[in-house]
Amino acid sequence: MKFSFSTINAAVAISAGLIVLLGYFLPGLEFIRSTVLGWASITAGFALLAGVLNLLSVHWAKITRTGGTAQTRPLGVYSVVLLSAFLVTLIVAGIADTSAWALWIYQYVQVPVETSLLALLAVTLAAASVQLLRRRFDVYTGLFMAAALIALIASVPLFGVGEVSLLSQARGWLIQVPAMAGIRGILMGVALGSIATGLRILMGADRPYGG
Amino acid sequence: MNLFFLSAGLLAPVFLVVFFILLLVFSGLAKKQRRELREIPGFLQLRKVVGQAVEAGSRLQIALGSRGLYDQDGASALAGLTILQRIAQAASISDSPPIATSGDSQVALLSQDTLQTAYRSAKAENLYNPLAGRLAGVTPLSYAAGAMAAIHDEQVSATIVLGHVGGEVGLLTAATEQTRGQSLGGSDNLSGQSVLYMADQEPIIGEEIFAGGAYLSSNPSHHASLQVQDIARWVVIVAILLGAVARMVGLL
Repeated sequence: MKFSFSTINAAVAISAGLIVLLGYFLPGLEFIRSTVLGWASITAGFALLAGVLNLLSVHWAKITRTGGTAQTRPLGVYSVVLLSAFLVTLIVAGIADTSAWALWIYQYVQVPVETSLLALLAVTLAAASVQLLRRRFDVYTGLFMAAALIALIASVPLFGVGEVSLLSQARGWLIQVPAMAGIRGILMGVALGSIATGLRILMGADRPYGG
Repeated sequence: MNLFFLSAGLLAPVFLVVFFILLLVFSGLAKKQRRELREIPGFLQLRKVVGQAVEAGSRLQIALGSRGLYDQDGASALAGLTILQRIAQAASISDSPPIATSGDSQVALLSQDTLQTAYRSAKAENLYNPLAGRLAGVTPLSYAAGAMAAIHDEQVSATIVLGHVGGEVGLLTAATEQTRGQSLGGSDNLSGQSVLYMADQEPIIGEEIFAGGAYLSSNPSHHASLQVQDIARWVVIVAILLGAVARMVGLL
């Protein structure tokens, strides 16, 4: 009987998945489960290395790409910045006793850049909400916008007025009753979807590993 | 009432076993007779966008989110990979094959594998480029920044979000809009869902993200899993109602 590579992949994936799942319920399989999870942690480390190499390759390809027109060729400036930052961080991390330098890079480069993106996100969301009113003006959009406005306005005391108790009560009711019910309903559906996805992979019906 | 029977320790495996058996039974039934699915506008839009991209020879970006398989929310990335395979197969005749971005290296590797499998099954393995499945960034915001750069640099005409992405998805939708492209898709994250609701014409809400396989393929197990999810949902609803009644009358 001839076994293809994909059959072996599927057999390994299904048995590893079953062992880990059963290990949660059958005490005898706990040791095997923790061993398989340990192997998975090691392969995850190698996957991270492969991922970083992939990231560097993508940006190197952007810098060195020569074909196409000026309009279609990617702007390599950001890729140069990324590769330089990677190199600097690698050098800093490679020199002994550099935790303070690495922390400095994190505190004064990574955090401010990500915070700026969050600030940009606030503006983007405000623009998106205006566009929503233009694009799809129906009952649900009205409810969505009204709920968002009440939640926003009632979050802080109003200038010159202070806290408006009616608004605060409305916000509390919105968050605790309809929003909570909606959140629970959605999360319940997501959990059932996650179970179904996991079981389909255990059955071998879905093979996201080259099967 | 025997509370031991209701304890999570026993209930969870029983629930899983029943779910699994039902999945097998309904998969067998779905092979014989396919049930009609209700229309989900988000998936109709997805088909349309993929068709338009193939026709125009433009590129699609499939954003698989920033979470890894080890995380609690990893299942949405797996669901996204299933849809990625269908999209890659459909786009295998296009001049610009799709790219898949993720914020986790394991998902990035799986996306490369998925793309290769899709092209192999479409007899177009020459289209496969390992850099088409890529790690865009390892934190949620750096992932968004990396995926935004791909939109600008690779002439992406549509970004399809299928994974765990939070509010930062707003940056992706804004970048897509700047390039006059389209964004669509869904996330299992509540903040991501609300942003996509604002930004997309036809957002995919809640667990609909897990239904993509059934809407885009003819695999009976995907149709079966939708039926079993429906049954399980009703079981949970009845259990919640019974629990509430039992609590009211003092049984719990």
